Amino acid sequence: MSASNVLVVAEHLDGVLAEVTFELLGLGRALASAAGGKLEVALLGSGMDQAASHLGGADRVLSVDHASLRGFHPEACVAALVQVLTEHPARTVLTSTTSMGMDLAAALAVRLQRPLIAYAQDARLEGDLLVATSQLYGGKLLVESAVEGDCVLSVLAGANPAAAGRVDGSPEVVAVAAPAALASCRLQWLEQIKPPAGDVDITQETVLVCVGRGIESEDNLPMAQELATALGGAVCSSRPIVDNKWLPKTRQVGKSGLRVAPKVYLALGVSGAPEHIEGMKDAGLIVAVNTDATAPIFEHAHYGTTEDLFDVVPALLERLR
Amino acid sequence: MNIAVPIKLVPDLVEELELNDDGSDLDHDALTYKINEFCDHALEEALQLKEAHGGSVTVLALDRDEADKALFTALAKGADRAIKVTGIDENTGTLTAAHAFRAALAGVEFDVLLTGVQAPDDREGQLGVLLASLLEIPHVSAVSEVSFDGGTVTLHKEFAGGVLARYQVAPKVVLGIQSARQAPRYAPVSRVRQLMKEASLDEIEVESPTNTSPEVRRVFRPTAGRGAEMLAGTTEDVAARIAELVLAHRGAR
Ligand SMILES: Cc1cc2nc3c(=O)[nH]c(=O)nc-3n(C[C@H](O)[C@H](O)[C@H](O)COP(=O)(O)OP(=O)(O)OC[C@H]3O[C@@H](n4cnc5c(N)ncnc54)[C@H](O)[C@@H]3O)c2cc1C
Repeated sequence: MSASNVLVVAEHLDGVLAEVTFELLGLGRALASAAGGKLEVALLGSGMDQAASHLGGADRVLSVDHASLRGFHPEACVAALVQVLTEHPARTVLTSTTSMGMDLAAALAVRLQRPLIAYAQDARLEGDLLVATSQLYGGKLLVESAVEGDCVLSVLAGANPAAAGRVDGSPEVVAVAAPAALASCRLQWLEQIKPPAGDVDITQETVLVCVGRGIESEDNLPMAQELATALGGAVCSSRPIVDNKWLPKTRQVGKSGLRVAPKVYLALGVSGAPEHIEGMKDAGLIVAVNTDATAPIFEHAHYGTTEDLFDVVPALLERLR
Repeated sequence: MNIAVPIKLVPDLVEELELNDDGSDLDHDALTYKINEFCDHALEEALQLKEAHGGSVTVLALDRDEADKALFTALAKGADRAIKVTGIDENTGTLTAAHAFRAALAGVEFDVLLTGVQAPDDREGQLGVLLASLLEIPHVSAVSEVSFDGGTVTLHKEFAGGVLARYQVAPKVVLGIQSARQAPRYAPVSRVRQLMKEASLDEIEVESPTNTSPEVRRVFRPTAGRGAEMLAGTTEDVAARIAELVLAHRGAR
């Protein structure tokens, strides 16, 4: 029954498993049960023994241990995963849309000649078909796809509950010999660089005022700062604001920034792309100000307004004075 | 080094995304297409690298409306060569696009391929990773800070929480650019118009690829109503309600 197995690719940095691994295990368990198959997890790294003890959500750990798998190495990981799947076939391979998963999913699909469905927020079996819904167009549209047989699924980080896959205790660990290709990778991993500490730790704030591209100019940031101060919080932002160097990286919320869960999150001119939502969906109260009534941020906010932020913020400041 | 930048044209997300009558696809004719934001960053990074280290920048786009404009814009920004890839369905998915670019690249000399890290319509995966895998060369996604040193390429890949890793690779390689070292430059409209009159685009015709894509069952909008309660009234009413909500949820300080 190996053909009905599901393989989750574990993600970790320095041996610490990423939250998304448990999200994938939860989804993977549902798919494996529906197909009557096993749920296996590929653990790639160097000296990763400790991590297996958190993978109790799977039936088996398929581990590849090799020096070239230190850090995150796209070329080595793909080669190792092809080896894992050759020895332990699985019908469905689950990866995620993280920075790491992005370098694995499409590469595996091409190497294994399987279809890939990316940005999936969910997946289920309908008879022989795997049906998945992808969040596309910055979260503005959903696309339902169906594939028969072997496939790779790249699942949106943050879209499935991690609790469903978080089971302590190690299942059986099976070592898979590293393929020869790992000794001759063209890409070289050199070092990991930790971000410098910032002036403000946005993960510790009770109130966050988040500015997105709707803020238009660096000159408008003091207005947001004034509002944050009046509310007893701090300013954070979406990625483009940091790319513009209007705020330091330590203020960025989302996939390539920080995950925050303040009591209050006030989003000003933020569209609500999946990469942003991932970082703030657990906030206690989310209020969104966005002139586009179809902006995806309103799917996730508790309260919203399509008033112009340049009208709302001054009115708010007036009120709080 | 010679850099090739295959770009994607995607619907402008600022506009209403119209669907076709049976809800199986976007209504492509009703949409405005523009260069994918991340591809614009890839182009900018390519131009920056050329300005710092020499070499050339070749931009490629699949033929569709707005392709000419995007390619002439790239020339106006400083690209050396612009290629329109013809012969395939303009509304094709990313996998087919990757096959088409691979075929077209057989006629282009390049050391490094820069792509946008992702595009809003990447249901079948990201162009850069697909293309690298078809070309059987290494790839890295979510890349910033690319530099050339002699014959090697050094780069940063971004992970969650602002963590970076540094890599080195000898060409050929595909890098999925997350953000250029500076915001993409603007090309003066007059210059683009002038080039449209005076310059010409190279064209490479490719055979329509035979790959199959996962079947699309339906395209739909996220269910309305599940989301936010919209605040009613004047700006002052809205501001008053927001203040009330925030103060109530923030709790005592
Ligand atoms: C690998 C990867 C990682 C990423 N990581 C992150 C991340 O960590 N964090 C992140 O945020 N993004 C991240 N992104 C980028 C993400 O895809 C989006 O591009 C980004 O979140 C968009 O930012 P935005 O909402 O500020 O801008 P836009 O999408 O441009 O939205 C601006 C919004 O402002 C509204 N607006 C404009 N003017 C006004 C006004 N006067 N009043 C009210 N509203 C107004 C508009 O209607 C629009 O909805 C990542 C992308 C990739 C590919």
